[in-house]
Amino acid sequence: MAFLGRRIGFYLVVAWAAITMNFIIPRLMPGNPVEILISRLSSQGELTQRSIHALTVAFGLNTKTGLLGQYGQYWVQLFHGNLGTSITYYPSSVAQVVMTALPWTVILLGTATVIAYIAGTVLGVLAAWRRGSALDTALPATTFLYAMPLFWLGLVAIEVFAVKLRWFPTSGGQTQGIPIGFTGQFLSSAVDHSILPALVIVVTVMASPLVGMRNMMVTTLGQDYVLVAQAKGLSQRRVMVMYAARNAILPTIANFALALGYVVSGAILVEYVFSYPGIGYILFQSVSNEDYPLMQAIFLIITLAVLVANLLADLVYVVLDPRSRQEA
Amino acid sequence: MAIPYGAAPGAATDELARAAPEATAGLRRHWRRHYPFKVILGLGLLTVFVLMAIIGPMVAPYDPSAIGPDTLAPPSAAHLLGTTQTGQDVLSQLLIGSRSTLLVGFVAGAIATTLSVVVGISAGYYGGAGGELLGMLSNIFLVIPVLPLLVVLTAFLPGAGSMVVALVISAISWAWGARVLRAQTLSLRKQDFVQAARAAGERGWRIILFEILPNEIAIVASSFLFTVIAAILTDASLIFLGLGDTNQWSWGLILFWAQNNEAFTVGAWWWFIPPGLCIALTGTALALINFGIDELINPGLRAAGRDRKASRAMTTEQGLTPVRRAGSTGLTTGSGTGR
Repeated sequence: MAFLGRRIGFYLVVAWAAITMNFIIPRLMPGNPVEILISRLSSQGELTQRSIHALTVAFGLNTKTGLLGQYGQYWVQLFHGNLGTSITYYPSSVAQVVMTALPWTVILLGTATVIAYIAGTVLGVLAAWRRGSALDTALPATTFLYAMPLFWLGLVAIEVFAVKLRWFPTSGGQTQGIPIGFTGQFLSSAVDHSILPALVIVVTVMASPLVGMRNMMVTTLGQDYVLVAQAKGLSQRRVMVMYAARNAILPTIANFALALGYVVSGAILVEYVFSYPGIGYILFQSVSNEDYPLMQAIFLIITLAVLVANLLADLVYVVLDPRSRQEA
Repeated sequence: MAIPYGAAPGAATDELARAAPEATAGLRRHWRRHYPFKVILGLGLLTVFVLMAIIGPMVAPYDPSAIGPDTLAPPSAAHLLGTTQTGQDVLSQLLIGSRSTLLVGFVAGAIATTLSVVVGISAGYYGGAGGELLGMLSNIFLVIPVLPLLVVLTAFLPGAGSMVVALVISAISWAWGARVLRAQTLSLRKQDFVQAARAAGERGWRIILFEILPNEIAIVASSFLFTVIAAILTDASLIFLGLGDTNQWSWGLILFWAQNNEAFTVGAWWWFIPPGLCIALTGTALALINFGIDELINPGLRAAGRDRKASRAMTTEQGLTPVRRAGSTGLTTGSGTGR
């Protein structure tokens, strides 16, 4: 299919751009982080020759080879899954640290974002369908949700629902001491810990699909085919869902791709506020420990995750829009 | 459409307009049409915060970093917003911090918008391989998650001032505006008035500045406001993580210290609620103005008084088929409210 092929080609270019940026940034910036780190770590007296080498390789700063050679080596290391050694979680490798945290983030953020988009879309459809109703008039209030720092809403939610009301646990991803696995005990504890952070994400992320969907619906409702559907005497629900909403939803899905990078940026900080053991939490750990290899790996892995999510959104788009299938 | 405003079915819900005498209703309608309530509220809020950023540092009652004897004191006459763990005055921190926060937001917004105008319009107007490439570049920057990239960038710039951070933020947040402007320019370029200017031998830069740009002012403004909100949020997020400018008081820094001293577990709401609320309200103000701009471009989007305003806008805009348009709005709204 031409449409999907084009999109996949584009995502490959983005992935290449992100990976290359990741290579260039440490070389463009002033100062040599490796030396800072080596001196910092040697003062703790546990730096072997191998880890110095690992650090140098992780930054790709082997001075023996030229820039192009370094770039080649960087790709080879990347394909071996070798992202260097984490300083924060020494002696774990960066790949191990990221892989431990990733499932938490994917499940929490993935579920919350999907729920937020579905809820926002449905509310947007209803707001446009009942123009001037309470829901529609309350629309500008969503700007407040949109403008709120997610991590701050997280702090407020902890204060109110976890500390004052004691409905939810204040932090963490599970109760201490329960082994991770498909046991009822672990799952119920994990769900219990994720409800509050998920709610925070849903409430704030919902705002932008809501407004977008409502405005697109208003436009499609003025179209002739909606009028024809009405005139044919189709049920109101059918006109609303199959005629107006189905056409209005396409830009919403296309926008999903553009909004996702922004959404993920805000949402990973919620994990940090809740000490949720996901990517956002280790991002903070990497920042406070000047763990450059970990930071760079997080940037790469989040970018790749966003690209995969985009691809999934494109698949939904293909299912909903027959025109994207016709070209093949 | 010949139906007078008052007779339209939607007016029944608008009790205020009905109760008021004819003359004042007309005046109010005029006022509301040109300055919707949302915009007035947004501008008002924004003025408050801009004033706060200008005079805040002069009227702050205490030195924001000075350690005092009252630690974690709730709001009182001496400390209107209470104190922190080390007895610092939260109100002073808030007043002084407003300047840095807003400055980063507006500087980043201005630079990013300039970039997006240059990239978007030249990519759209000149087209060709270069235009495609610029369009591709803005799409790439749109998809890449901003915060992790900024974390990597600022982490390699230890001790960077807030203006450097603003520069870095703008360097990666111009893409949204550029994308929209490129699309708009592509469609404007084909229009008759641009073709006419070209045929008359106008120079490229003159066409861009005097024919195309004036038609895109609303998009530029909207993209500026959008970028300022994003920049303020991003700057606060970076400082909250301990990156960016942590030497200068800003709303993000107050939140950083509140989080590090676990303000929420000791119930010190006066410490972390105000800075977050200020960020949220500043963003709300900008977004409300943006709402107003959106409705100015597309009057059909307005929520209230749809029968009077929306249908009127539709018929005047698309005056060729007034009967059909009038019928369409009447049909959808009639059945919608009937259910």
